[in-house]
Amino acid sequence: MKNWFKRTNLLWLALIVSTYVILNVLISTGIINNVYQTVLLTIGINIILAISLNLIIGITGQFSLGHAGFMIIGAYSCGVVLKLVAGGTIGVLLGMLIGMAISAAVALVVAIPTLRLRGDYLAIATLGFGEIIRIVVLNMEVTNGAAGLILPKAVSWHMVYWAMVICTLVIVNFGISAHGRACISVREDEIAAEAMGINTTQYKILAFVIGAMIASVAGALYAGAFYVIKPEMFTYSKSIDILVLVVFGGMGSITGSFISTVLVSLLNTALQQFSSVRMIVYGLALVVIMVFRPSGLLGRKEFSFDALLKKFDKKKGAAS
Amino acid sequence: MTQFLQQMINGLSLGSIYALVALGYTMVYGIIKLINFAHGDIYMLGAYIGFIVTTKLGLGFVPALLISMVGCAIIGMTIERIAYKPLRHATRITALITAIGVSYFLEAGTQRVMGAGVQTFPNVFVNETIMLGNVRISTQQIVIFVVTITLMVALQFLVNKTKIGRAMRAVSVDGDAARLMGVNVNAVISFTFAIGSALAGAAGVLVGVYYNSINPLMGMLPGIKAFIAAVFGGIGIIPGAMLGGFFIGIVETMVAGYGSSLWKDAVVYIILILILIIKPAGLLGKNTKEKV
Repeated sequence: MKNWFKRTNLLWLALIVSTYVILNVLISTGIINNVYQTVLLTIGINIILAISLNLIIGITGQFSLGHAGFMIIGAYSCGVVLKLVAGGTIGVLLGMLIGMAISAAVALVVAIPTLRLRGDYLAIATLGFGEIIRIVVLNMEVTNGAAGLILPKAVSWHMVYWAMVICTLVIVNFGISAHGRACISVREDEIAAEAMGINTTQYKILAFVIGAMIASVAGALYAGAFYVIKPEMFTYSKSIDILVLVVFGGMGSITGSFISTVLVSLLNTALQQFSSVRMIVYGLALVVIMVFRPSGLLGRKEFSFDALLKKFDKKKGAAS
Repeated sequence: MTQFLQQMINGLSLGSIYALVALGYTMVYGIIKLINFAHGDIYMLGAYIGFIVTTKLGLGFVPALLISMVGCAIIGMTIERIAYKPLRHATRITALITAIGVSYFLEAGTQRVMGAGVQTFPNVFVNETIMLGNVRISTQQIVIFVVTITLMVALQFLVNKTKIGRAMRAVSVDGDAARLMGVNVNAVISFTFAIGSALAGAAGVLVGVYYNSINPLMGMLPGIKAFIAAVFGGIGIIPGAMLGGFFIGIVETMVAGYGSSLWKDAVVYIILILILIIKPAGLLGKNTKEKV
């Protein structure tokens, strides 16, 4: 129990709460107006998507291009519940839970056959599965086909913020747990990991299912926050958008995903009038980063209070 | 029966186009193990080059086809030189992400230059319909078929009978050994990109003639389907890509004709997943054991 109140944990808690309070104050005083609130929502949801894909690609080393498929499951579960069962926060939470359950089941079905494949074959197979999920949604009665669903607003930025915090905690703690270490060993060298007695398939599936469930949380939040969901919003280009966030930040770095999501979202807002230029810049940036800095902004480095405190302590020690 | 034959002919026309694009995928994969995600966009550029040549320069079908093939060959080699060559020894995932970046760049660049909307491809020759019994064949379909078969025969000759073809086969078996034997590996890779891109360019012009409309995103879906065709036939195997292309084209037309066109894409993806699970080396491929 004593580990719960370590200095670093308290510092993290302080950071989380103070960010929340600062954002709250900025919104209530009107410095963050409605336009920027939308940006804030987008950032929160994209961070959840990026870190969940980072768990699969960065930590476990399995290349998935089907992430939008799980986002669509969450979005439509939440959308259908909001429409037919209950509105408001209760509806969103219920839809989120249903979405997570369906996503977990679908992810299992997808993972067991495809995770035997390696590298680029896996990427194409997951892309195929993501598109199949989308086409199924497109052809269903309850989802209203290509026209999509028009929903009442049911998600505030408070909810997105805390969902983001919880998802981040889950993924970071998974990454440093024994299971997470096993996943990292699969990424580093699958054959060596297997030789050390790690059930590689099991850990790949575990990471894939957790990633899929968290992506569906993001989908549910999206449905509740942005009024309209249509199947065409979740094509494989959406999966690639999420991939870009992960690659920019550094595959394997959760901090990197945070930084890249914030930067890219701000860039998107700034370039809103020039959407075609934006895509050109996107493409060029991907190529340039891969050629000159394939590890992304942060590589696998994480921000940690531990390291910061150690540096601080050392300086104090030197001064006295 | 008539309907079946009709669908078969439509499927073969569509399949010819997939097969031409799939050849480029399979050759590039065979030689540097890269899924060239931007290949579908080269096919799109081929259509646009054909469009510019026929509308702005007023030339006919054959010059349009040739200029488009040459143009696409140059574009393909340039992309290889700038984006893929520095990554020759990087991981496959890095190269795949780069290819996705190139694809984004080409799509967005074309949208910027040519406009995001649909353009109408002009009728470059008189289109007549020939009736064989109750089956309708258009001149366009015949032209597509003739061009595709000619290019495939030429490619088979190039790969199997010429010196550069032998070098290509050598590099795809073992690049380092080929270099030791005095093969200029970089030149061979450039040449492979040129040939693959030229075939995609031809496919682009043919599809423009067939459907009469082109747009900057037209390469995305056919690109993926052509890749699936290449995987189906056995990636890296040239006859496999032809077989796969025709197969995917026919299946897609059959599903659209007898079932629902909403499901045709899903069926293609299901074929991909089944082939990857049951026989990942593809229909004509041989299984290779993994060495530690």
